[in-house]
Amino acid sequence: MKKLMLGNEAIARGAYEAGVRVATAYPGTPSTEITEFAAQYDEIYAEWSPNEKVALEVAIGASFAGARAMVAMKHVGLNVAADPLFTVSYTGVNAGLVIVVADDPGMHSSQNEQDSRYYARAAQVPMLEPSDSQEALDFVKLAFDLSEEYDTPVLIRLTTRVAHSQSIVALGQRADVPLKEYRKLPEKNVMMPAMARKRHGEVERRMKALAQAANDLWINRIEMGDTSIGIIASGIAYQYAKEALPNASFLKLGMVNPLPRKLVESFARKVEKLYVIEELEPVLEEQIKSWGIAAIGKEIFPVQGELSANMIAERIAGKALDVRPAQDLPPRPPVMCPGCPHRGIYYVMQKLRLHATGDIGCYTLGALPPLKAIDTCVCMGASVGMAHGMEKARGRDFSSKLVAVIGDSTFIHSGITGLIDVVYNQGASTVVILDNSTTGMTGHQDHPGTGRTIKGDLVPPLNLINLIKAIGIRHVRVVDPFELEEVEKVLKEETQREEPSVVIAQRPCALLSKESKIPVSISEDACRLCGVCLRLGCPAIEKKPGGMYINQTLCNGCGLCVKVCKFGALRRAGE
Amino acid sequence: MGVGGQGTLLASRVLGRLFVDLGYDVKISEVHGMAQRGGSVVTHVRYGTKVFSPLVEPGTADILLAFEKMEALRWIHFLKPQGRAIINSQEIEPMSVIMGEYEYPKDLEDRIRRACAGAVFFDALAVAEELGNAKVANMVLIGVLARLLNTAPEAWEKAINAVVPPKTVEINLEAFHRGYNSELS
Ligand code: SF4
Ligand code: SF4
Repeated sequence: MKKLMLGNEAIARGAYEAGVRVATAYPGTPSTEITEFAAQYDEIYAEWSPNEKVALEVAIGASFAGARAMVAMKHVGLNVAADPLFTVSYTGVNAGLVIVVADDPGMHSSQNEQDSRYYARAAQVPMLEPSDSQEALDFVKLAFDLSEEYDTPVLIRLTTRVAHSQSIVALGQRADVPLKEYRKLPEKNVMMPAMARKRHGEVERRMKALAQAANDLWINRIEMGDTSIGIIASGIAYQYAKEALPNASFLKLGMVNPLPRKLVESFARKVEKLYVIEELEPVLEEQIKSWGIAAIGKEIFPVQGELSANMIAERIAGKALDVRPAQDLPPRPPVMCPGCPHRGIYYVMQKLRLHATGDIGCYTLGALPPLKAIDTCVCMGASVGMAHGMEKARGRDFSSKLVAVIGDSTFIHSGITGLIDVVYNQGASTVVILDNSTTGMTGHQDHPGTGRTIKGDLVPPLNLINLIKAIGIRHVRVVDPFELEEVEKVLKEETQREEPSVVIAQRPCALLSKESKIPVSISEDACRLCGVCLRLGCPAIEKKPGGMYINQTLCNGCGLCVKVCKFGALRRAGE
Repeated sequence: MGVGGQGTLLASRVLGRLFVDLGYDVKISEVHGMAQRGGSVVTHVRYGTKVFSPLVEPGTADILLAFEKMEALRWIHFLKPQGRAIINSQEIEPMSVIMGEYEYPKDLEDRIRRACAGAVFFDALAVAEELGNAKVANMVLIGVLARLLNTAPEAWEKAINAVVPPKTVEINLEAFHRGYNSELS
């Protein structure tokens, strides 16, 4: 059967066909859908783990126990999971273990554009890179075979344009892969120095064997065409290059670590001019050049952002299209939705002129005007530790005007450890947890606090208040972010307190409720054009030449603007 | 292209399904992972005997289907010289306009026509609202597209059937037909 499939869905399908029994992940664009699709197969146990490190550890456990296991994450998630990655490289596997990592060149939805191929090299783990959905499916199956044959975890690297593009795939059957026997193997699975030294030797041998085998692996293939131009590429860069220069000769690499040296050398000999085309860092190029092969790569291609067929045609063949984008258009970045629960808190924080260390989630958008509510965004969980660091650097006066702002899912991911630090090291930070009952940014995934699993099972929700009290915080207050006066009072009190405190702002994400809300209306006579409502940054409130205007298709009827208007110009229906 | 929340993705999936049914190789590039509403959203649909890149690049598109007027102008340079444009005449102000940093351009239709003389403007939102669901404006536009391409509606109906949520098939088909049977200027 043939089907149009998203790259991420094809990864899940490949896992299904490879007989995978356990799939884990923490959501992160552009990798999220992999595990959502995997969870739809009854044969696969799937879970949202609290963070990527735990997700990988669960998958390692499953592999050791004899079940094929897959874990998925975005590129920055691999930083979190790097600790187990580097050592599972030493232990190897029992049943196959595949780690899917989705990079985001161009940063469509990320805080950096790191290149995960460096992890494959640093941890000495093989890495495959598919260039469309069919390959995504096929490569996952191959990855499991390689994993078991070479006793190694295998990384699969996606980029946004592969993960989030649909193309046609042919579906196969699920392989019948029985559980492997579980054996206690301390010399292989207990990595203390004496054993790890031996295992490191195994890693070196394995990578040499793989590098040798890569020369004959079917996913590394030469497509000879016009020999005046030879191109080495993998992943989406291969597709762009094929589009731009369909007649050139190609060495298409399906495995990007380790590289097939003999194959590269023989290809280089066959072509007059050799180009290495890759997005982000010159990972392939530097290795190829280190073998004394002349090639052109980052001399003409950027290390930043995405490549494109047009760019390749222009830089290699000198064919430039004359295109002129419209100038001076108002930009349209994403904004927090109408009715977003975060807006209430941010409005009050702005009013109190609080500084805030921020975190990763929808609420990061509150950094933009008009709210300009947060000062920083570094990584998952950073807000808490950073607020503590600011206090230690500048003293209590400064920190009494400072809060850390973090979402519920992010807090569970890695904010909790920062908070333990605050308690232990006698900080007085105030942490505001924006609890919208979901992982909003990535499209509403469940997490331990929502009381539902990825499979839809109902479980007792993690009790944030008990958790926070248990680590030694005595002052935990729960507020509704739309009760502006209450929020103001609580924030003032807690930031003044000479000990750490947590404010949980509870209100579900506006997109969770399916009921249609009645939009607010405005009375033009009463409106004095003061502009206070505009400070909310609600996309449904527009300023027209004649006065304020509520966009009726956008307004969610949340009523926040009604509360901030001092002249009663805004009204909810029926009030 | 359109603005987050307008159903751009669903429309491109209908097109993808249609071309697969017609026996073509198809690639669609989507934008995901910004749950929040209001950002500029663009999807690319490419079909042919063999498709390599999933991306439509500047100067190469045959057709531009825009759900919002200013977004149409933002992406109009993606069209080939003889490319065609179908544009929903809806205007949605971005935050930069709401905050008064920018003005929503007034001469959009002229500027679009200068780049694409035959651009078709159509008030799909009004039709969708008549049908009682602003969300189906996307299928109204798909109907206009089907008409403009001089294609019979059956294959499109089949694709819509296969792609939209089962509960909404009826209203989506109705929206499609309203677009398909409309008078185009
Ligand atoms: S998705 Fe939910 S949490 Fe995110 S901006 Fe929209 S309303 Fe707010
Ligand atoms: S009620 Fe006011 S603040 Fe809430 S969505 Fe509507 S316009 Fe925006």
